[in-house]
Amino acid sequence: MLPTARRRWLTGAAVAVIGALALTACASERGTDDDTDASAEVDGTFVFAASNDPANLDPSFAQDGETFRISRQIFEGLIGTAPGTADPAPLLAESWESAPDGMSHTFELKQDVTFHDGTPFNADAVCYNFDRWYNWTGLAASEATSYYYGKLFRGYVETPDAAVYKSCTADGDASVTIELNQPFAGFIPALSLPAFAMQSPTALEEYDADGIGGTAEAPTLSEYGQAHPTGTGPYKFDEWSPGEQVTLSAYDGYWGDPGQIDKIIFRVIDDPTARRQALESGAIDGYDLVGPADTGALEDAGYTMVSRPPFTILYLAFNQAVPALQDPLVREALSYAIDKDALISQVLPEGTEKATQFIPDVVNGWNPNVTTYDYDPAKATELLAEAGYDEANPLTLDFNYPVNVSRPYMPDPEQIFTVLSAQLAEVGVVANPVTNAWNPDYLDRITGSADHGIHLLGWTGDYNDTDNFVGVFFGGQSSEWGFDYPELFQALQEARGVASLEDQTALYEDINEMVATFIPGVPLAHPAPTLAFSPRVQSYPASPVTDEVFTGIVLTE
Amino acid sequence: MLRTIGNRLLLLIPTLIGLSILLFLWVRALPGGPAVALLGEKATPEAVERINELYGFNRPLIEQYFTWIGRLLVGDFGTSIETSRAVLDEFLRRFPATIELSLAALLIAVGIGIPLGYLAARHHGRISDHGAVVFSLVGITIPVFFLAFMLKYVFAVQLGWLPSDGRQDPRIDATHPTGFYVLDGILTGEFDAAWDAILHLILPAIALGTIPLAIIVRITRASVLEVQHSDYVRTGRAKGISTGTLRSRFILRNAMLPVITTVGLQTGLLLAGAILTERVFAFPGIGSFMARAIEQRDFPVLQGFIIFIAITYALINLFVDVSYSFIDPRVRVS
Repeated sequence: MLPTARRRWLTGAAVAVIGALALTACASERGTDDDTDASAEVDGTFVFAASNDPANLDPSFAQDGETFRISRQIFEGLIGTAPGTADPAPLLAESWESAPDGMSHTFELKQDVTFHDGTPFNADAVCYNFDRWYNWTGLAASEATSYYYGKLFRGYVETPDAAVYKSCTADGDASVTIELNQPFAGFIPALSLPAFAMQSPTALEEYDADGIGGTAEAPTLSEYGQAHPTGTGPYKFDEWSPGEQVTLSAYDGYWGDPGQIDKIIFRVIDDPTARRQALESGAIDGYDLVGPADTGALEDAGYTMVSRPPFTILYLAFNQAVPALQDPLVREALSYAIDKDALISQVLPEGTEKATQFIPDVVNGWNPNVTTYDYDPAKATELLAEAGYDEANPLTLDFNYPVNVSRPYMPDPEQIFTVLSAQLAEVGVVANPVTNAWNPDYLDRITGSADHGIHLLGWTGDYNDTDNFVGVFFGGQSSEWGFDYPELFQALQEARGVASLEDQTALYEDINEMVATFIPGVPLAHPAPTLAFSPRVQSYPASPVTDEVFTGIVLTE
Repeated sequence: MLRTIGNRLLLLIPTLIGLSILLFLWVRALPGGPAVALLGEKATPEAVERINELYGFNRPLIEQYFTWIGRLLVGDFGTSIETSRAVLDEFLRRFPATIELSLAALLIAVGIGIPLGYLAARHHGRISDHGAVVFSLVGITIPVFFLAFMLKYVFAVQLGWLPSDGRQDPRIDATHPTGFYVLDGILTGEFDAAWDAILHLILPAIALGTIPLAIIVRITRASVLEVQHSDYVRTGRAKGISTGTLRSRFILRNAMLPVITTVGLQTGLLLAGAILTERVFAFPGIGSFMARAIEQRDFPVLQGFIIFIAITYALINLFVDVSYSFIDPRVRVS
């Protein structure tokens, strides 16, 4: 037998372990008892899994989804969105009027609104925010930090010639006028972006929000951005444990409907399978970007699945550096060969919409009458024959797609490739699969070199601006698409600078038609990302631009 | 003794210099480069150029290296590209989690491994011996991520007996003065928080502890087998020393030397960050953070964390060497 001391130690350890396991059962029961005790009331604590930490609690210096997910709860802008759409709606501005030339916009502000620190929200606060952004210099005025301001407002105080913003004038407490140097048709919708939310002037100053120093390797967060985000939204910031969670609690002085949730915990879980398991084990109440393989199983198990209205585009692009693809007959033939409905029903998530053009239908300039190439394999074969390809001389192309990645617009590239290449094979096109790891190899190859054939890629829109889609794809010559079409580039340039939204919409409809007849590629679908929730969630306010405030969540327990 | 420790610490310096050069070059030689990694599908050539300019990735390598070393010497280990926080801060914030997890895994590995190895040696050739050997083989061969996943799937998701991820239930409002959650709960009197932290440690510690456990079983068994047939043990038995004393002071104490070396090595490995286990259990230690840094090409974090881990590893092994002289008076570290 073992020596006495060791035996006693072992026995003690064994007892402890057994006791621990026994107590575990008790502990977990006690947990659930608390939740269902007062069944008339709802458990107001909501735990949502984030895929990583927010980059910054100050949305004006951020670009990532997780920062914005949190900032949507804390901050509000002058303009919001109509539920479930990308259309502008009143928020902190109750109404607005824009001058016909688009150079000035006057906003009537909501009354009796306060920031979380008690500072009143008024016209002066609005001007403080606009002036703050304009007056950024140095590191704060660069693409790496104030990305959205730079992209949309183009210039800062040191580059006044490029700047869109001119001035902000407060007229009393409740009215404010913004003047611009150049017309900006997308100005009103842009104000719904989280980067342009109204932040408390007192807090911005007290915690040195613009104090982002750091070295060339990485800018540092300001004290404000680390721990003191202060907005007018329904939830105020409590705590951030990096790597673990961010905690928010309801703001008592909120002007609007507080909803059922009084405490939000954003739990950081970066592995998608771990997020699913956390939901299944009851550790969290919901998560975003459910993997395509999981949606069916979770739905069958009784979880509440919500599709976010798509704001994405998945496309099959034709690289016109490849001689065969320079022939318009070939591009047309390939378009007819693709069965988008089959693709969607077989491998894309529920709620995915078929694409007829390179922008989703919620974006300005979507053309309901655009030329389409509905699935017609016979026509495809005919066109290919006309172009000189047949069974003896089949059209052979490299088909590039990425591996080890899942994007909101492209949940499973391998499956998409399998379906599409089979459809192409039906009309006699030979597709050679060429794969690369997503980042950096695939992206480098597709966007940085001419070494690819037809490929899969896509885009998730940042904001409701057509230029954010087609301008990015077709604004100029690129290695990805490999063509030179000066009239198209010119049209996009022109549309960008137009003053009124109506005129712009008409121009973009024409542009979409131009693109459709040119066939640089096939717009396949607008995949709908899916969120999964615990059965106690009855509904969730899904928005195509992820403007999802948790006061809109309805709980049953 | 002190001089030896001093010498060993001094030896650390050339080791770290060599390591820093290797590290610097290796990290820069990774395919792609950080600009494309940062920008993803928005990486136009102009944007890449701007990022390279901004972060200094296009300066000569020598210049980048000496800039980095210069900063290291004043305690500036750089700022994480992804989180914008100081690398040293990120390490210190996450290290307690990894220490707690490693200690828990070690407790399991040592607490079960040594007795099991000893038993196997004592019953050499019998079923319990074979059983222990097979058990240790199984422990070494099961991939850790698979084991972690299965433990989680069975005990957390299906049975709901234990939590599935993290260090603490988010719904518990716990205060963490030290960063060691179990200790914090005890210090602040929040015993439910301490208990909850222990529950969160169980599954990942089991997953992580199986490999060290298996190795410790084997080493203990081999070591005890060798010692129990040695001359001095036979002499002691012949002289009539009691079985208890024979086992504890003669056999075990002498058999422990190789085991302690092994435990030291295993501790170093555990503290180096249990990347896979932490990933599966969303455990916010240095392992999961390193995994992200590798994916995101977060150079400052990779460089800084590897240096810290190397220092930790070296210090643990120094400690192990020093401890020999306390266990075995014959061994003088000089």
